[in-house]
Amino acid sequence: MTFAFFNATFFDQAVLGITPILLAAMAGTLSERVGLFNIALEGEMLVGAFAAIAGSHFGGTLQTGILAAIAAGALFSGLLAVGSALLRGNDIVIGISLNLLAAGLTSFLLRALFGVSGTFSDSAMQGLPRLTLPGIASLPLLGPALGHQNALVYLSWMLVVVIAVFLNRTPWGLRLRGIGEQPGAAVALGADATRYRFIVTLIGGALCGLAGLQLSLGSLTLFSENMTAGRGWIAVAAVMLGRARPLYVTGACVLFGLSDALGLRLQGEGLPNQITDSAPYVVTLAALVIVGLRRRRLNAATA
Amino acid sequence: MTVTAIRTHLTRRLGPLLPILGAVAVGFGVCGLIALWVGLRPSLMFTELIKGAVEGPQFFETVARAVPLAGMTLAAAIPLRAGIVNLGADGQLALGGCAAAVVALYLPAPDLVRLGAALVAGMTIGALYAAVAAAGEIFAGVPLLLSTWLLTYPAKGLCGYLVRTPLRDPTTAWPSTARIAVGARLGALIPGTPINQGFLIVVLVAVAVIFIDRRSSIGFELRLRGLNERFARYGGVALDRQTLGVMLASGAIAGLIGAIMVLGSQFRYTDGALTAPQYSWSGTLAALLAGGEPLGSVIAALLFAALQTGGFAMERSVEIPRVLTMVLQSVIILFLAMRGAIWRRS
Repeated sequence: MTFAFFNATFFDQAVLGITPILLAAMAGTLSERVGLFNIALEGEMLVGAFAAIAGSHFGGTLQTGILAAIAAGALFSGLLAVGSALLRGNDIVIGISLNLLAAGLTSFLLRALFGVSGTFSDSAMQGLPRLTLPGIASLPLLGPALGHQNALVYLSWMLVVVIAVFLNRTPWGLRLRGIGEQPGAAVALGADATRYRFIVTLIGGALCGLAGLQLSLGSLTLFSENMTAGRGWIAVAAVMLGRARPLYVTGACVLFGLSDALGLRLQGEGLPNQITDSAPYVVTLAALVIVGLRRRRLNAATA
Repeated sequence: MTVTAIRTHLTRRLGPLLPILGAVAVGFGVCGLIALWVGLRPSLMFTELIKGAVEGPQFFETVARAVPLAGMTLAAAIPLRAGIVNLGADGQLALGGCAAAVVALYLPAPDLVRLGAALVAGMTIGALYAAVAAAGEIFAGVPLLLSTWLLTYPAKGLCGYLVRTPLRDPTTAWPSTARIAVGARLGALIPGTPINQGFLIVVLVAVAVIFIDRRSSIGFELRLRGLNERFARYGGVALDRQTLGVMLASGAIAGLIGAIMVLGSQFRYTDGALTAPQYSWSGTLAALLAGGEPLGSVIAALLFAALQTGGFAMERSVEIPRVLTMVLQSVIILFLAMRGAIWRRS
């Protein structure tokens, strides 16, 4: 392996890989903190990816695609909000059925609206344009990866900070965490648990819609069936690994994005893609096991 | 029995079915609306769907489809009974099918021995792969929900690689293994129909699962855990051992179904061919519909198999994409879960 192995393209791929997972993981972080286990991230992301393409195809502009992705993500997560936050159904069963519903619905609409199966793409469609951050973009190696990305990538970085500050430094964040940790006490102090859970779920849906937007209009302009390919589940794993602390969760997302890019890079070196495609999942599993073992040992030591 | 006694008896028996029937009705309603929205007549759609599921030779198609689907449903139902979710059945299915193909093709033994060994190999690989996830939870606390799902990708990737490179039959267009010899296949059960001897194996498995669930202490402990895990622990159920046992059983069934599909109907392992019909998806939903109760799960699997076969006919005759039946299945479970009818939150 030479120095050129980790070239500018590698880091660009990594940043592109991190963004959708990071956006979904922020949605998962908020959910986790308010006491909901959101495993519907995958489905919400897929719906967002489809809506982005449908919105920009039928609306004719990039803006309609963006709006459609956010709206569809939020709307779809509304099912989870109603079922889980309002009616108190089991969030795991609702999550599983929402993920399967998203896969079925997007496949159906792909055929019904566009008359194709597999992949839809439209040459007139615009992807999110890349913006250049002067100064950063010209740095060697990491420059293009950090300074020449689309607005959504920068937005995802800002969101981490915003959510961290919101959770830890604002009264609403305090109430939100209180509902997650001690719902009885938080409600006794006047926090409306149902309302918080409802709103958090909808915001999470919108974030997952953006994650989907990044997948379908971020670097490519196409939708293909099940294009989320487990990213929503990797986001769930990132939330677990980072214990729903925004900065730690981001760290986990960076790890997964790097392993994704590493897989692509090894494929470029001639390894079969059926094997290299497994890289992010294997790294995620390995990280879960290592952190799990460590936590067990620490718990045993303190007990 | 007095009239009142009969009535209470009926309510007790049928009461739990009412929300399920309601959810099925809502599912059909939602799909009808979707059909209307894309400009189709729902009534036409539903008649084609039902006719396509049960009319004439289509009935045998439904039965043939119900065999793997009922198997995958049981693979989902066993863990569900204990409140555990195995979302990795697709990986176990692919590995089981791939292993069965390898044994049936390359084991130097008489045909019948190869057939038996291939079935056992499929079960074993499926069980061991599921046990990896169980070990992750027991030793490192990695939730099965997450690990089982993530493990499907490397499994499918590995099988995809194997049939592309070392096991590849160069005469086929699509990456797959060579064809398995006629003697090492599961033969037709009813000649002239797609129903093969795998039907008998799945019936045996279903009877065994139902018996164990209802009549053995293993089944009792499973249900106990499903109802209240803390109580089960307090009552002396060895939860870790149970987790391992449940995953071994679930993975073995999924692997066995992979082997049956390869040995009974496809006669070779083709990349993606076992997972494309999405039996694990329908199986999970069918098991959820019945709350993991095995007999109910199998009945739900029959219903979903009919929907899938009907979907093919509907697509052919009125050109409605058959994935709509997948939407229908998910909506049914979603509605039930939202109403809190499945696994009410404690």
